[in-house]
Amino acid sequence: MMARPARALLVGLAVVGAGIVVAALRVNQYVYFAGYVVLQYVVIATAWNILGGYAGYVNFGTPAFFALGAYTAVFLIQSTRAPLPVLILAGGLVSALLGLGIGYLTLRLRGVFFSIATLALSIVLQTMIINWEYVGGSRGLSVIRPSGPPFGSYVTFLFTVMVLLSVVAVTVARFIERSWIGRGLAALRDNEEAAECMGVPTLRLKLFATTVSGFLLGVAGAPFPYYVTFVEPNSAFNLDYAVNALAMPMIGGTTSWVGPVIGAVLLGTAQQLATVTISSEMNLFIVGVVLVAFVVLAPEGILGLVRRLRGR
Amino acid sequence: MAGTLLEVDGLTKRFGGFTALHRVSLSVRAGERFGLIGPNGSGKTTLINCVSGALAADGGRILFEGRDITTLAAHRRTRLGIVRSFQIPKPFTSMTVRENLGIPLEYAAHARSPAGHADAEAAEILRTIGLEAKAHLRPAELTQIEMRKLELARAMAARPTLLISDEAMAGLSSVEVDDILALLFRLNEQGITIVMIEHIMRAVMRFSERVVVLDAGERIAEGTPAEIVRNPAVEKAYLGE
Repeated sequence: MMARPARALLVGLAVVGAGIVVAALRVNQYVYFAGYVVLQYVVIATAWNILGGYAGYVNFGTPAFFALGAYTAVFLIQSTRAPLPVLILAGGLVSALLGLGIGYLTLRLRGVFFSIATLALSIVLQTMIINWEYVGGSRGLSVIRPSGPPFGSYVTFLFTVMVLLSVVAVTVARFIERSWIGRGLAALRDNEEAAECMGVPTLRLKLFATTVSGFLLGVAGAPFPYYVTFVEPNSAFNLDYAVNALAMPMIGGTTSWVGPVIGAVLLGTAQQLATVTISSEMNLFIVGVVLVAFVVLAPEGILGLVRRLRGR
Repeated sequence: MAGTLLEVDGLTKRFGGFTALHRVSLSVRAGERFGLIGPNGSGKTTLINCVSGALAADGGRILFEGRDITTLAAHRRTRLGIVRSFQIPKPFTSMTVRENLGIPLEYAAHARSPAGHADAEAAEILRTIGLEAKAHLRPAELTQIEMRKLELARAMAARPTLLISDEAMAGLSSVEVDDILALLFRLNEQGITIVMIEHIMRAVMRFSERVVVLDAGERIAEGTPAEIVRNPAVEKAYLGE
């Protein structure tokens, strides 16, 4: 028998390896293009769930964190043409700072009021970006990809990077879930006052959750400028991110790291298929219908559904 | 005589223009069974919230084992050994009974002692309190008294030096009240100091060695249960003139 962490590491490496193999296959470029979006949602849903699922603080401000990662990258591309790993790290760190900030909001705002505040945050940030000419303002900005990716085309390369980021995000989420941190977050999700009285440092754990969640959301956004090559506020701050970040974990199941992955893969793929076959406007419609169905019929998501079926 | 464990000195708490506690002082001795009574709205729960750290005091000091804890965060007070149970049970609903105990064992008890036998400890507490058969149920599946017991079991898992029991018996039948009382007596024999807040006079008078009475945010009497029963000020507070 292998130790659990070693096994988890192997699984992670296998996924990255599989990603590289897929990248090496050089199938239709669209597959990588669409695959990138699905994987990006794996990162986003997983990151969102660390705060929303584990700690129970529903963040409607996903676009703010995602776009902050993207615009940090734009700024660095404009100013220094920094390499992609630097963009990703910087995007993550800036969004982590924003996460730390909203962590302090939880001192006064709980439940729906916290959610409203995060939604407002997204709007405020978008307004600021619209008025910042250096990163393109409201007109947006064309970003030129660096010439000569390490391998394949640039889209295949970005696809592989996103595979790696997904594995990192999921590993982090899984580690948190199974550690004392995850147990403490679950306690404060159930009852914050009781958790604090049972010795759980609720504020510190919440700050940790908002910061890590923010970091990963920023990480997801940082490669975005090179992916779309044209960044403008409406696409970077798209409401789709807020809705999907919430819907995917809800559909998969919020109490485990697997939930957001299942939700992101299913919903993300369905959206990509609908975009090609029906219309690009079908995206949100699908999310809406599926989300309502799940909230009514399977409030604990697919994981809860599986658990219930097994129980009988 | 044993030393002072908890000392509340001139504690004041205001909510806007309303003074919920006005310069309340009291001290609880180590190992004591201490009763805190008073009519509805007299400030009992506010006082407990200030002592446990859920509310910040506006004036006065709180000392525990001689240390000033007035501004300490609630979870730190729990780790020092001040543990409370809630008037309305607040279980961790997504966890089983056993997992509910795991949180204080991990976060409060082991912050003080590095021992890591959480499972054995949880089992022992559940046995003491009579919930061992329910260890794998979720709180929603428990009866009212079992919920109260879980509340106490969870408090015990934090390994308190001082246990503050906030109306642990409200709404229970008289047999169930005796059940909880016996449990609290047993905990006290193990050396845990207990502050009981209760409306059920029969229980609090039987349990307490010393009683303090609050009325409208002020301390109006202190004494043995027998003295309190005869105190005219207490009678006036409860029944009017």
